[in-house]
Amino acid sequence: MHPILKTILQRLGLGLLTLFVVSIIIFSSMQFLPGDFATAVLGQSATPETVAAFRKELGLNDPAVVRYIQWIGGVVQGDFGSSFSGRSAGREREVMELIAPRLWNTLFLAGLTAAIAVPLSLALGITAALYRNSLYDRTINATTLTTISFPEFFVAYILILLLATLWKVFPSLANVRPDTPLMDRIYMCALPALTLTLVIVAHMMRMTRAAIINLLASPYIEMARLKGVSSSKVILKHALPNAWAPIVNVIAFNLAYLVVGVVVVEVVFVYPGIGQLMVDAVSTRDIPVVQACALIFAATYILLNLFADIVSIVTNPRLLHPR
Amino acid sequence: MSNDDQTYSAAGEVAMVVTRRTWAQRAWRELKKAPITAWFGLIVIAAYMFVAIFAPWVAPYSESQVFDTPYAPWSSEFIFGTDQLGRDVWTRLVYGARNTIGIAVATTLLSFLIGGSLGVMAAINRSWLDQGLSRFVDVLMAIPSLIFSLMLLSIFGSNVWNLIMIIAVLDSTRVFRLARAVSLNVVVMDYVEASRLRGESLGWVMRNDILPNILPPLVAEFGLRFCFVFLTIASLSFLGVGIQPPTADWGSMVRENAQLISFAEYDMKAAMTPLLPAGAIALLTVAVNFVVDWFLHKTSGIRDEK
Repeated sequence: MHPILKTILQRLGLGLLTLFVVSIIIFSSMQFLPGDFATAVLGQSATPETVAAFRKELGLNDPAVVRYIQWIGGVVQGDFGSSFSGRSAGREREVMELIAPRLWNTLFLAGLTAAIAVPLSLALGITAALYRNSLYDRTINATTLTTISFPEFFVAYILILLLATLWKVFPSLANVRPDTPLMDRIYMCALPALTLTLVIVAHMMRMTRAAIINLLASPYIEMARLKGVSSSKVILKHALPNAWAPIVNVIAFNLAYLVVGVVVVEVVFVYPGIGQLMVDAVSTRDIPVVQACALIFAATYILLNLFADIVSIVTNPRLLHPR
Repeated sequence: MSNDDQTYSAAGEVAMVVTRRTWAQRAWRELKKAPITAWFGLIVIAAYMFVAIFAPWVAPYSESQVFDTPYAPWSSEFIFGTDQLGRDVWTRLVYGARNTIGIAVATTLLSFLIGGSLGVMAAINRSWLDQGLSRFVDVLMAIPSLIFSLMLLSIFGSNVWNLIMIIAVLDSTRVFRLARAVSLNVVVMDYVEASRLRGESLGWVMRNDILPNILPPLVAEFGLRFCFVFLTIASLSFLGVGIQPPTADWGSMVRENAQLISFAEYDMKAAMTPLLPAGAIALLTVAVNFVVDWFLHKTSGIRDEK
């Protein structure tokens, strides 16, 4: 077997193992619930029989291993159980019903952000490396350094103040519905996407710039310069291909970061995404929904990091021919 | 003492070569060389600490005193107006400094206590303890910490003690990695082996041999971790699951006054109200980052790529 294939398979196996352990952690968090939890969910008026029935339905009487296998078996088939909310009224809502439309919304927002942020940060990083130590470079550096240390909601509210209330360019609420047409949807998502972009561009742009500048000191770049190749061509043709590995790594890392940043931004803009659902579920202590959201977020995060690992292996020629 | 024909003092001459300075003098000499950004950071941090410590004297009213007019405009009576329940915003900001920064410092200290001691222990042990802790930390770090803390808060309930414990434990994973990595270089030194052969206890070796040698990177990391913890707590409070009312806190203040922003056309000052606590958070993070940057330059001599 080709050594690189072996490395990739090893990483995949490790990733799956991590996912498995993470699912156990998320599941076993249920064990720490206080004893009177059934009463708390069902309300004070619940009879001992309903409480006992609820405990039985949660399977709290079975051993933990059996419950874990039942739970993970359901999750694999897309069944996360039913939500706690509104249970005392006798209605039941499947967690999947709540999550599915919102998951799509969140993926849309994250995708839109990535489509803006990745090309923008690459362009900024490459031009900053091209005109390094110029006024342009220093301005971009200073701006990105400041945005990186701001909390997301600060950036979001400044954008709302400037672009939604003072100059009414974009709406300040992004309450999209399933039947909203695509163009309206993009228009409504403009501010949330812009906020997320500002938060993640800084890191990606600085990494691109650093990766390219790092390479500019190597002898083959000097050779190209001495041949009389123009400086933009040196960067695009000679430096960039070797800089891909760190750049792709930091891009994947930041997309994974989007998963976390999206929670706060969704709450600010009242965007019906999975992050807002999770925050609501946390305040009402709707554990099945929290577990499902946490598992989805964690899985996305792990998969993106795994992807970054694999890309950096594949694009690194030194790993292709191990000694 | 002067050196003329009659008197000669060797001590006087030697003293000119080496000046022994007190700790304060050395600190002042370093500070004079510090860049303007570090000065800015230090002054801002000092101002925040002053406000946090002397909150009851700085604030005009008490923490949860309610006045008749909710959302009162900025005036001489209420410098930044009042919030949705009619509490003075400036007073809440001042007490918020005390609560938010205090909780963040306590959390960071706890996370360094846990992560630092376990990291050093793992580095000394290098066998089953090291393996077990490192793999456990790997798994914890695979879950985004904001998501993990949201999940844990939903199970244990949101109150200040749970918040401090949960974030400290989650954050200690990163401290553990750093402490383990830097102490690995120290535990192989001969003097550590000598201490162990002398029969010193594990705690003694950790305190007297290892800790002094790994302190500079840990101090710089403390600043960065503080920023991170501070932002996480602010975000959680903003989401409504962190520090609970009526405790004044910057994250929840942003959330409570957020609607005011839509009145920017009519009253620009009122629209700025939710930005004040958010700006206070941002300013402190920037200041700490500046100081950490300067400290890293000093201790490690890392220079920016030029």
